[in-house]
Amino acid sequence: MGAGHAHRLYRHGHSPVHALPPHTKLAAAFAFVVVVVSTPREAMWAFAVYAVLLALVARRARVPAGFLLKRLLIEVPFVAFAVLMPFVAEGERVQVLGLSLSVNGLWGAWNVLAKGTLGVAASVLLAATTELRELLLGLQRLKLPPLLVQIASFMIRYGDVITDEMRRMRIARESRGFEARGVRHWGVLAKSAGALFIRSYERGERVHLAMVSRGYAGSMPVIDEVTASRAEWRHALTLPCAALVVCLLGWIL
Amino acid sequence: MHVPDGFINAPVSAVTGVVAAGAIAVSLRGARRELDERTAPLAGLVAAFIFAVQMLNFPVAAGTSGHLLGGALAAILVGPFTGVLCVSVVLLMQGVLFADGGLTALGVNITDMAIVTTVVSYAVFRGLLALLPRKRRSVTVASFVAALVSVPAAAVAFTLMYAVGGTTDISIGKVATAMIGVHVLIGLGEAVITALTVGAVVAVRPDLVHGARGLRQRLRLRVNGELVDAPAPAAPVAARASRRTLWLTGLVTSLVLAGFVSFYASANPDGLEKVAHDQGIDKKAGKHASSDSPLAHYGVKDVSDARLSGGLAGVIGVGVTVVAGSTVFWAVRRRRGTDVSPASTASTGA
Amino acid sequence: MDPVTTPASLEVSGLAFAYPDGHQALFGVDFSVARGERVALLGPNGAGKTTLVLHLNGILGGGTGTVTVAGMPVGKRHMAEIRQKVGIVFQDPDDQLFMPTVREDVAFGPAAAGIRGAALEERVRTALDRVGMGDFADRPPHHLSFGQRRRVAVATVLAMEPEILVLDEPSSNLDPASRRELADILRSLDVTVLMVTHDLPYALELCPRSLVLSEGVIAADGPTGELLSDDALMRAHRLELPFGFDPRSVTMGA
Repeated sequence: MGAGHAHRLYRHGHSPVHALPPHTKLAAAFAFVVVVVSTPREAMWAFAVYAVLLALVARRARVPAGFLLKRLLIEVPFVAFAVLMPFVAEGERVQVLGLSLSVNGLWGAWNVLAKGTLGVAASVLLAATTELRELLLGLQRLKLPPLLVQIASFMIRYGDVITDEMRRMRIARESRGFEARGVRHWGVLAKSAGALFIRSYERGERVHLAMVSRGYAGSMPVIDEVTASRAEWRHALTLPCAALVVCLLGWIL
Repeated sequence: MHVPDGFINAPVSAVTGVVAAGAIAVSLRGARRELDERTAPLAGLVAAFIFAVQMLNFPVAAGTSGHLLGGALAAILVGPFTGVLCVSVVLLMQGVLFADGGLTALGVNITDMAIVTTVVSYAVFRGLLALLPRKRRSVTVASFVAALVSVPAAAVAFTLMYAVGGTTDISIGKVATAMIGVHVLIGLGEAVITALTVGAVVAVRPDLVHGARGLRQRLRLRVNGELVDAPAPAAPVAARASRRTLWLTGLVTSLVLAGFVSFYASANPDGLEKVAHDQGIDKKAGKHASSDSPLAHYGVKDVSDARLSGGLAGVIGVGVTVVAGSTVFWAVRRRRGTDVSPASTASTGA
Repeated sequence: MDPVTTPASLEVSGLAFAYPDGHQALFGVDFSVARGERVALLGPNGAGKTTLVLHLNGILGGGTGTVTVAGMPVGKRHMAEIRQKVGIVFQDPDDQLFMPTVREDVAFGPAAAGIRGAALEERVRTALDRVGMGDFADRPPHHLSFGQRRRVAVATVLAMEPEILVLDEPSSNLDPASRRELADILRSLDVTVLMVTHDLPYALELCPRSLVLSEGVIAADGPTGELLSDDALMRAHRLELPFGFDPRSVTMGA
């Protein structure tokens, strides 16, 4: 549940996609995924077109295919669920290779796999071409509450610090001969978690002191602002607009 | 598990997005009221803690291990508002930074894993604390139960969302059994970890635990050679306005869900009825006593369109429930209010 | 330097303070620091040094006595200006570098004071250059070594153009090369410096004058070399020189 998915996706680069302002990319990625999700599942050709569109973007962003495909592996739990669907869904059934599968379930599995995979691919491309602080600035520009963005910023900044402390605690435990092997060891692990909470909270108080010492008075000072020109917006929105055309065709045809 | 795109249809994704946004807005105000200008760094660090502790391996047996979800833990340690913020921020960043969970499914994921778990666990926690004696042990016990309930509650919420907006027709009975069954087990693990962790923090820094505020040791004064209880510190004025906003948001959300979303719900008989029909059981089903009432069979009499009728019935149903529930709640509050005045407790304590 | 016309950078008078839990940390502290001086604040653990430092920019207060910075009293009225004038560098740079990049951290202070645009850029660049970290502006803080983070922390405070720089254990956890680099930087600045430290050779190297804080009061105030050579004084306040170090053999720098 969120465990282990902490590998930053950002790939440093100087492509045209990297250069786009972050809020345009966020808006474009989100719009694209909305269009994908709204496409009827029967229009299988549409999803192939979407995949091609994303591949084009990946090429322009100089993100290698292997990197993208490897990251798609995060989907594995849902692939399992999708595979189950034809077996448990309702509705008329059809014989495939000797197995009785639900037609609705087969469509449902295809639906989830296609849309889910395209969604992950779009997210990966977004994260791979946008630096962390730019992402946060972009979110703020898209009218996410500044306080929320600030909390997110601290979370990112100190996520590694806290994880490091956790790692050091584990090393200290193991150096004293402790190895967690079963439920009976949970008490010790929970004590470490408790200690980690206290340390994190106290660090939060110290960070606040440091902020106050530099003049913080309740709201974050404006340091950078992101702007986008018409051309940059046009650039970014080509992807979702092309997808929209495909989606509409998918509905009509 | 973070829900990917395409799993829940667009209208439900949009509605849950609105719900999530509303809940986060309310939590921002609530957190700022409690933490004031320390909100950003404290909530940020606690979010970093949740993020880190979700990666802590709790071995179960033979190579498998469990992980903490953290909603209940967050609610108990830093209160419901900050708790919702922290877990929501973790989910938001996981979606945007790590491609964990679909961008369009953010509403679903946040509503399910951040809001439902936190709110339900806090409600259960507070409810239990009111009944249990005022001791540290009660905090641990209440944490256990709160976390235990929160995980299946999230599963139920997910099942509901799937029932209304799932893109494949799987019988809700099957989904529910599978989801809820597994999640009761997960909830057990979450409960143990949460209770142990809360206990660990309360043992060292009880002042940091939002849920243990009532346990603060009363100071005593030496007056004329005798020990006397110090006057209780003024409780922070919980703004009425915030509760009203919460109430209104909840009401509007329920109405939207009941009215608008049920519009899209399947008009087909649900799992139980279907099984009954298939087995021929339903031939023996007698008429229900109030089957002649205007709202019988989940429809409004004289409104012919099945979906509109269903939606309308939903709205009316929610309205009645809210009024009835609020009346009960209000009545109970009035009664408890008269029992817990400081004067009466002080006189029994001195 | 004209001590008659320029006000003292820092004047502390009769400062006493107790924490809410009843523990009294300061019992009447008096001292003053003139503009441009570099002064070390020495003393055993628990003497009240950190408590004193937190009074200098108004984070702690409510006791008795006064703190005056460049003629301005520390109090609610001038808090923003006081915090611009008193730049505290805390012991853990991670607590102080809380923004996603070095540039934003250094910009935080001046931006909070209302500076924007090109002027802000200028401040950031000057501050980073003064600590020799100009090339690291776009790096996230956790990509820097500890010594580099220390230096950036100093830059975050310098960017506010303070009257007095207060450093809490600046040399702790630094390897000898980083210590020297920091010493060079501090020597090159022309702000007033108050340095809380256990590192007595460092104090001798950088600060001509030292104060000894012990049990909540100033127990000694004088040239660093003399204080460190006074064995009785050192013993009385749990101050010890490192093995083999003889303060009398060191010729004082500037």
